[in-house]
Amino acid sequence: MILAQEPFHFYTRQNLTYLTGRKAKNLQELLDGIKEAPSATIYHHTHHYLQQHEFLSPEPPNDFAYWITNVLQDDVLGEKVASIDLRQYFRLHDIKARIIEIIKKSLQGNSDPNRNVPPGEEFHFMSAQTFVFPTKYIAHNLMEFKECLQRISIFSIYYHMFESRLRLQQDFCDFSIWLSNALGEEKLAKEFMKLDPYTQTLENLRQTLIRLVAKRLGEPK
Amino acid sequence: MTKLRDYEPIVGRDIIDELELCASKLSSVVIQNINSTAVGGGVAEILMRMVPLLQELGINACWDVIKGGEKFFEVTKKIHNSLHGQEADFTKDEIDLFIQTNEMNSRQMDLRGDILFIHDPQPIGLITLKKDLGRKWIWRCHIDFSNPDPFTWNFLKSYIERYDVSVFSAPSFARDLSIPQVLISPSIDPLSDKNRELPQEVINQVLEKFKIDKERPIVTQISRFDYLKDPIGVVYAFRQVKKYVDCQLVLAGGGASDDPEGMKVLAKVQEEVNNDPDIFLILLPPASDIEINALQRASTVILQKSLREGFGLTVAEALWKAKPVIAGAVGGIPLQIAHKYSGLLTHTIEGTAFTLKQLLQNPEYAKKLGENGRERVKKNFLITRHLRDYMLLFLSLNHKGENIVYL
Repeated sequence: MILAQEPFHFYTRQNLTYLTGRKAKNLQELLDGIKEAPSATIYHHTHHYLQQHEFLSPEPPNDFAYWITNVLQDDVLGEKVASIDLRQYFRLHDIKARIIEIIKKSLQGNSDPNRNVPPGEEFHFMSAQTFVFPTKYIAHNLMEFKECLQRISIFSIYYHMFESRLRLQQDFCDFSIWLSNALGEEKLAKEFMKLDPYTQTLENLRQTLIRLVAKRLGEPK
Repeated sequence: MTKLRDYEPIVGRDIIDELELCASKLSSVVIQNINSTAVGGGVAEILMRMVPLLQELGINACWDVIKGGEKFFEVTKKIHNSLHGQEADFTKDEIDLFIQTNEMNSRQMDLRGDILFIHDPQPIGLITLKKDLGRKWIWRCHIDFSNPDPFTWNFLKSYIERYDVSVFSAPSFARDLSIPQVLISPSIDPLSDKNRELPQEVINQVLEKFKIDKERPIVTQISRFDYLKDPIGVVYAFRQVKKYVDCQLVLAGGGASDDPEGMKVLAKVQEEVNNDPDIFLILLPPASDIEINALQRASTVILQKSLREGFGLTVAEALWKAKPVIAGAVGGIPLQIAHKYSGLLTHTIEGTAFTLKQLLQNPEYAKKLGENGRERVKKNFLITRHLRDYMLLFLSLNHKGENIVYL
């Protein structure tokens, strides 16, 4: 078994949700709110559902799309915002720009951009504060890495698969960097990088990761 | 006494491990909870469960109660009602009494916490000590704040804005404040009598006691007899469904005997029901948790057709039992139900009737919604998540304004 040049330390993260007090009762106000929202707000509304609904398949879409479809009842726009390929973005600023672009375009052809939702069903802008903790799990080789993947929480997987891309602002995740740099496992690293974590549950994602590592280790299916 | 490890078979080892990880960063901090009553009421119920669990996690948590006379609590009851939208009509004496009682408690209490965790409006005035004592101060609001009376709001706001952080239970309670507002939803305890697994015999006994037929579908709403829970709307919706599906309706709740308004609502519902043998109006005495649990578990579909709601934890209780739920899209309910994923949200009697018919006639779809609902509660509305949020809240006090905190 090849020993890694540097061990992989698994971290985990938890979020505390903040209310901003700002709300939108129609599409124009939603757009204005998104335009002025800091990245922690964009992050919250495009990512928190991944954990809150992580058991569901298919998952509900991001908060903006959910509200547009189910409350504002604009199915076409809701579908467009839900279908944004978050996998291709690694900067929150770019995700925000894309959402603004889609809603703006929809507003141009919208005869009633100020149509209000019923009172009490407004969109509430929130944001998140992320706390990152080191866990006790450390992998020195591929076998240990697989064992850790089996034991860590889904929040740890989330941290290393989703947040690392946003943190590094690159199209890599922590796992693929370690596999490539510390173990020389280029092919496995590429397989990890190819995954779209946004369209599967976190538990399914865990199983996929374990399966890929087991295959590399030559373990029977 | 419930131990943290008792939750492990329910939420998983990894969740308990992460609670311990979080707690390890708070081992040297004293958390002092302060509220206005040691028994009775939702806040005392939460603290009774939370404080021992925090202590078990190695956190030095304690809980103290302010003192106040009968008149003081009459004023605080008035404050409570005015936060629910009732017009406030306070005399100067009442305001003075509120301020003086808080000042008296400020002088007499042993405020030893590094973090002072103040619950609800009654002890809110303790914050005046902050300028002398320093420390970190949290104001936790457990009340529906969506439509407060302006006078009461401005009065409380003058205190709230002196705290380091405020905490609300639902997004719709957020206010325009100069201090951070954290969202922490309430939770249910899966090991309490109201929510724990029940043997089938117990469920059957409860059905027999109320003469409910266990062979036919049961539609249930558990709530106080209150116009805001729309029990008459529920009866109308049921009647529309009953034309096509043979089913029974259970409307069960407590709190009417000492509540004149509740008695009036109950009488009105009785009149509407008009001795229909398939509608069961059950007035439950206090401490009927096992009965509520059994009725929820025996139900085919559970309704919560509220017109206005605080958080609406009865929804989480129903979902925890993997029941398909149809509920009004008000208060904290949309936080608990993602429409068409973990339940159904409706706005009208007709919509409730339509979706109820759908669920009764499509048991597979109903089952899927119920299963999803249970998972949603497991991930988001159990006491373990509540504990985690409280610990993050404590940690946040030393990391104001940081989006990402590395510990």
